[in-house]
Amino acid sequence: MFTKYRLYALIAAGTLFAAPALAQETIKIGVSQPLTGPVAAAGTYVANGARLAAEQLNAQGGVLGKKIELIVEDNKSNPREAVNTAEKLILRDKVPVMIGAWGSTFTLATMPKLQEYGVPMVVETASSSKITTAGNPWVFRISPTSRMEALAFAKQLQSFSPAIKKVDFLAVNNDWGLGATTEFKNVFAQHGIEVGRVETMSPDATDLSAQLAALRETGSDTLIVTSGVEQLTLAIRQASEQRLKQRIITTGGSFPEPLIQNPGPKGYVSTHLLFFSPWTADKALHPEIAKAYMDGWKQKGYPFPGLTEGFRGYDAVLTVADAIKRAGKAEPEAIRQALWETKVAGVNGDVSFIKDGPAGKESGQNEPNIYIVQLKDGVVSAQ
Amino acid sequence: MDQIMQHAVNGLVLGATYALLGIGLTLVFGIMRVVNFAHGELYALGAYVAYALVSLLGLDFFSALLFSAVAGFLIGSVIEFVLLRRCKLENIDEVMLIMIGVMIIMQNAELMLWGGVAKVVPTPFSQEPLIVGSVALSPTRLFVLCAAAVLLLVFYLVIERSRLGMAMRATFQDKDAAKIVGVNVSSIYTLTFALGSCLAAVTGALLAPIFVVSPTMGDLASLKAFAIVILGGLGNIGGAALGGFALAMIEEFGASYVSTSYRDALGFIVILIVMVMRPQGLFAVKERVG
Repeated sequence: MFTKYRLYALIAAGTLFAAPALAQETIKIGVSQPLTGPVAAAGTYVANGARLAAEQLNAQGGVLGKKIELIVEDNKSNPREAVNTAEKLILRDKVPVMIGAWGSTFTLATMPKLQEYGVPMVVETASSSKITTAGNPWVFRISPTSRMEALAFAKQLQSFSPAIKKVDFLAVNNDWGLGATTEFKNVFAQHGIEVGRVETMSPDATDLSAQLAALRETGSDTLIVTSGVEQLTLAIRQASEQRLKQRIITTGGSFPEPLIQNPGPKGYVSTHLLFFSPWTADKALHPEIAKAYMDGWKQKGYPFPGLTEGFRGYDAVLTVADAIKRAGKAEPEAIRQALWETKVAGVNGDVSFIKDGPAGKESGQNEPNIYIVQLKDGVVSAQ
Repeated sequence: MDQIMQHAVNGLVLGATYALLGIGLTLVFGIMRVVNFAHGELYALGAYVAYALVSLLGLDFFSALLFSAVAGFLIGSVIEFVLLRRCKLENIDEVMLIMIGVMIIMQNAELMLWGGVAKVVPTPFSQEPLIVGSVALSPTRLFVLCAAAVLLLVFYLVIERSRLGMAMRATFQDKDAAKIVGVNVSSIYTLTFALGSCLAAVTGALLAPIFVVSPTMGDLASLKAFAIVILGGLGNIGGAALGGFALAMIEEFGASYVSTSYRDALGFIVILIVMVMRPQGLFAVKERVG
């Protein structure tokens, strides 16, 4: 494998010296998403959202008079593959900017490559705080951190009845799940909420019966679950099968959409923190943008609940295209500079970046909106 | 106490499916000396057949189970007949490479055909759990447990009581001697591989409504199946059944009382200990090689 990269590097270097500045017909944007593996559903929606935005922008004439060309690569829900896709996109396809890589673990694995080759990446989903505090100036995150999510959730604590007094956690065993657990724990501690048991699950686990049986007897009133679409579905279904008494609240913006068609036992309620709620799109900050996105999505025949994740790709492409337009050229450093000045109206709301991380090598962090919805008997309602 | 009972019931259901996975794999290894890396893919195949029939064509789940079994049996016989019989199983490296190739081809074919996003198969049973005392069990899982128990019993009877089983056991003990007394070893091989594949496919179809169906689901199943077979002793059918239950109980209780982060690791730690202390497997008698 190592020699393969060397070969790529050699080929890249060779072409760079031999034929500088070939006339670009299109403006390339690299996208690294998990299209297969345990979180494939979400990654596929994000990629489709990105494609939709590119298509709509191209229909309006593209950027700087050129068409946007998305190059979407599958990182296979695997950090090692995420690094491979970044190398491929940067060295072979020579993309000046990337969008990716869904999971915190995949994103963290990709980040050293951004610095190595000097290519900015708009992070559309990952929520681990480490991503923007690692001192990587090529990272611009439009998704909320787990801490932002926890703080936004804390503002809604009053709306839960009976009140939340003691919580357990069930989290996927990676940077995302463990990071979210830490941040929510801190926020709960500040609000005098007791923390019970913390259970983890490996990213590809399908049988969660042991974890759930252990959580049954904790006497907590709430269970915070953090994982992707597939595992959220399994966790909620298996929790209802085992008669867990806790109310379930999921974090991270993924929605267990299979439960709409195949709901669990009657009357079972679950609550979900989302970053876009297509069920209440009229309450979005820019309803007209949300509508353009939702209409395009519907035209393509993509599943409705996928809108909850697809917007991440959509907003990321809007953000990148805007930066390229303002930079006046599709070059990595110029795009990075332009990203700092971002003021884009997106599906989630306004996108702009504040500085986060060690001084001198800050990453960009957006402050997005967070929505809470409830799912009961296959019907979603806003809280 | 309530929690222990719940864990025991969960472990029993999980163990039954592990046992089915393990038996199929150990049967093929024991009789044919073929390390079947594609076992997990045959499991995924069964699940996809169930998905296609139930979710797309609207067939009932029980008929879909039957079709999955038939599909597993047919694909298994084709793999054996077309790929394994040709190379005469002389060279274990070749056989392993063939099976790894089959695994990669099957997994990617599933990906091409169905895409990477996980599919859901609706359960034919009520979603309301059955409650006995403080133990809750969904009707679907109860069905899986019963179906697995019946399949295990049928397999036990076929192998121990039928003429076919006798021929299989004879081939297992010594294939040349079996040939001499008139056993058609080639057809026993095809049948063995087909039966092993059939078991994997049925297990996949059985579990489809409990879990989700995805192209990579076979990886974890393969890993567990190998663990079970090693735990029970390679080629030992009773051992594989017990190994399945043992692994499930280790995972279930270990996750709850030690740590869920190490749920999968615990099983493998026990396997390492078994391999050091009892390399022939927990339930196998020592076997002379060569």
